[in-house]
Amino acid sequence: MLSFEHLSKTYADGTRALSDINLTVHEGEIVALIGGSGCGKTTLLRLIAGLDRESAGRIRLDGEVLSGPHPAVGIVFQEPRLLPWLSVFDNIAFGLAGVNAAERQARVTHALEKIGLVEHANRWPRDLSGGQQQRVSIARAFVTNPKVLLLDEPFSALDAFTRASLHDHLLGLWEETRPTVVLVTHDVQEAVTLADRAVVMQPKPGRIFDELPLTLSRPRDRTGLPFETSVRRILTALDHSLKAPQQQPQRERDRQAAALWW
Amino acid sequence: MTESRESAVTGQAWSSHEGAAALAAPTSTEKRRAFDGRILLGFFLPVAIALLWEGAVTFGLAEGRLVPPPSRIIATLSALAQTGELWTHAWMTLWRVLVGFVIGAVSGIVLGALSGSSQTLRQLLDPTLQALRAIPSIAWVPLFILWLGIFEASKVALIAVGVFFPVYLGIAGAILSVDRKLVEVGQVFRLSRVQLARRILLPAVLPEAVIALRSGLGLGFMFVVAAEFMGASEGLGYLLVDGQQMGKPDQILAAIIAFAILGKLADSLLVAATRPLVRWQDIVRERL
Ligand SMILES: Nc1ncnc2c1ncn2[C@@H]1O[C@H](COP(=O)(O)OP(=O)(O)O)[C@@H](O)[C@H]1O
Ligand SMILES: [Mg+2]
Repeated sequence: MLSFEHLSKTYADGTRALSDINLTVHEGEIVALIGGSGCGKTTLLRLIAGLDRESAGRIRLDGEVLSGPHPAVGIVFQEPRLLPWLSVFDNIAFGLAGVNAAERQARVTHALEKIGLVEHANRWPRDLSGGQQQRVSIARAFVTNPKVLLLDEPFSALDAFTRASLHDHLLGLWEETRPTVVLVTHDVQEAVTLADRAVVMQPKPGRIFDELPLTLSRPRDRTGLPFETSVRRILTALDHSLKAPQQQPQRERDRQAAALWW
Repeated sequence: MTESRESAVTGQAWSSHEGAAALAAPTSTEKRRAFDGRILLGFFLPVAIALLWEGAVTFGLAEGRLVPPPSRIIATLSALAQTGELWTHAWMTLWRVLVGFVIGAVSGIVLGALSGSSQTLRQLLDPTLQALRAIPSIAWVPLFILWLGIFEASKVALIAVGVFFPVYLGIAGAILSVDRKLVEVGQVFRLSRVQLARRILLPAVLPEAVIALRSGLGLGFMFVVAAEFMGASEGLGYLLVDGQQMGKPDQILAAIIAFAILGKLADSLLVAATRPLVRWQDIVRERL
């Protein structure tokens, strides 16, 4: 179980990227974080991955407070970030330095099969398409069997066809070990395709606006009515989140009223 | 025009990753064709000038005493080769460059790595080294001669100084400019500092390190000439001085050609030796 308690992040320049985030993600759950750019989605993932330190609050993984990169937490960045000097195989094996050779070979080969790139094992990343590179990057995160997998808009740079096939690859890998997944996206369809719950975020400062459960059965039919309904509900929530800055939260308004009264 | 076409092709292969595999074969044949054309074009000017001059001297249009025709330079060169003189001189020069290069490159790599990887060490080392770099290296010559004598040590020291700075700057700069995004990949997999240096920083700086070593080697050859001017009885630089004093322009030109060939050979050797290390990015190298 992954939980955030009063999590806040203010950057050195004073930007309040996250303010008082409270959320619990259950084991094996896929949560989609949705929101426009600047909502602090990337910031949140970087805090979980241990690449940045929170300003206040804490992140717990199964009760343990996270401080710095944790072996049970894997991340797929927005860009593939493959190491150009390593073959596809060695890129996937990058996090398996502590694993014995036979086991490493087996795990990487299995991951290559899962993402359909077996015949590309010995090629350089530069010889792969964008979609293939991102698949390698997903495989690199999966082979270490993380308990928590973070994905930061991993498919945003890809065309619709490639994206749909990558959704299948991702779910295929997820089925095997069922890690907890926090997926950042600005694509509502993607959220409904993949997630068990959608968390709608709001910017300035970044905070959670609403949570919507997505209880459709898997595999999900993208053309069915339940799918459409869920998409529409999230869009409505997003719509409200954009209007919300004008209607300030109740507490803030009371405080301002009090200030005026004084 | 050929060049712009080639870079357009390479650029395409880079940007459209989707089609990169399909493009790979046609791209390389196209590149080879464009490359051949360029090489031939590059030969045109020097060959034409050489032939014109040769013709002008043969037909008595020019005297060719101060600017000897190609045939005479080649004759001098082969005469020097037959007596074995050429090899003695070339070997001496090469040996000096080699020793100076090794000393300069090793210290450049070590200090560059230190100053690139630690902020404290950079603040400690860099100002001094930058100040020393502002001194034209030849200015050290009198001091080196006082300290190290007029023989090999002072020459090698001058060459080492020449090699040191481009290597130091190149290595430190390469480390400082390593993509933070790749370093973060290492952090996510919880690499220690040493592992990070070995598995991310080192491979990431290799291409720029090779470039730094190449420019260091180039400067090494520049400074060996200066070093041999300051009094040597052997070496291609001695052939230059001797040719000037004896009024033998053909010998000077022969030595210059020997320098060119030697420098190019050494550079090619360095490129070939480092090629396996940076093969993953040979697309960029081909454009250098
Ligand atoms: N390193 C940083 N320093 C200062 N401000 C930052 C930094 N990174 C992000 N921000 C700011 O924090 C806010 C949230 O950024 P980010 O987490 O990248 O949002 P998202 O991923 O939702 O688009 C933005 O206003 C952004 O400008
Ligand atoms: Mg982002």
